[in-house]
Amino acid sequence: MGLLNRLDDPYEGGGIVLGKIEDILNWGRSKSNWYLHFGLACCAIEFMAMNASHFDFMRFGTIPRTSPRQADFIMITGTVTFKMAERIKILYEQMAEPKYVISVGSCSNCGGPYWEHGYHVLKGVDKIIPVDVYIPGCPPRPEAFQEGMIKLQKKINEQAIFNKRKRLKKEQSDDNK
Amino acid sequence: MLTNEIFEKLKSEFGENILECNDQQPVDHFIVVKSEKLFEICHTLRDDDDFLFDYLMSLSGMDLNENLGVVYHLYSMKLKHKLVLKVMVPKTDPKTPSVERIWRTADWHEREAYDLMGIEFTGHHNLIRILCPYDWEGHPLRKDYQTPESYHGMKTSS
Repeated sequence: MGLLNRLDDPYEGGGIVLGKIEDILNWGRSKSNWYLHFGLACCAIEFMAMNASHFDFMRFGTIPRTSPRQADFIMITGTVTFKMAERIKILYEQMAEPKYVISVGSCSNCGGPYWEHGYHVLKGVDKIIPVDVYIPGCPPRPEAFQEGMIKLQKKINEQAIFNKRKRLKKEQSDDNK
Repeated sequence: MLTNEIFEKLKSEFGENILECNDQQPVDHFIVVKSEKLFEICHTLRDDDDFLFDYLMSLSGMDLNENLGVVYHLYSMKLKHKLVLKVMVPKTDPKTPSVERIWRTADWHEREAYDLMGIEFTGHHNLIRILCPYDWEGHPLRKDYQTPESYHGMKTSS
């Protein structure tokens, strides 16, 4: 929001910013995403580079958690086999709402090199859990991870928090007109 | 020791259980043995002072259409020589003795060969699947394997 740039040169009169509570809550939510990393294959190796100091994933406010109950989003990085798919589903169900999913790499997006002949590979993790952001690549470069993270932040920023049902009904009635 | 020397020595000890020695083709020279006496042959290969194969480098299964096979790559740390040992079993009754009690490495290797090829190693203390889920049906790396439609409600095809 550019607020940090204003620290040296604050607004006159004490610095009051007017805004919607929803926007501020969303801003806070999108800037402190804790994640559960589910590393399965080479994408997870690339993700290590992403976490190291050069690319510094933590600048997005993301902190790795070891428990799904503390995580805001889950990162599926790698080949999802049927054996693992059931475990992923259990972990996803254990996460608290609101929860998001980032699918990283060709394998978890669509099956990757196993899309035709892999008897053991799930053809895309979106067959068992809803995916918010797909990051393409085999494996994706760290820049792609950053792009994906920005996409997720944008998505969170645009989400409604209050009176969701009322608004949804209104939108639907608008659509019907 | 060269493969044909090992072959001669094994032949004098086990007779017709040692089938053939292939040391002509430009591949790793190998010895084919019958599966009945495999355990005793492997025991001799490990403990005889001329062989001393104390290291099982790899154990792999193979599908030869009508037969299944197991390949043992052996190495002697002390005498610095290698041996490739092969054994064939019919697909209808794929049973061969386990060498897990001779080389502990064979434990997981035999479980893998059982999981993916369906070769049954008699005498193995815990012959269960190692890679596929326990309730998986069939042995996926066999040539006549048919991929199932779905697994636990998840489609296998895209």
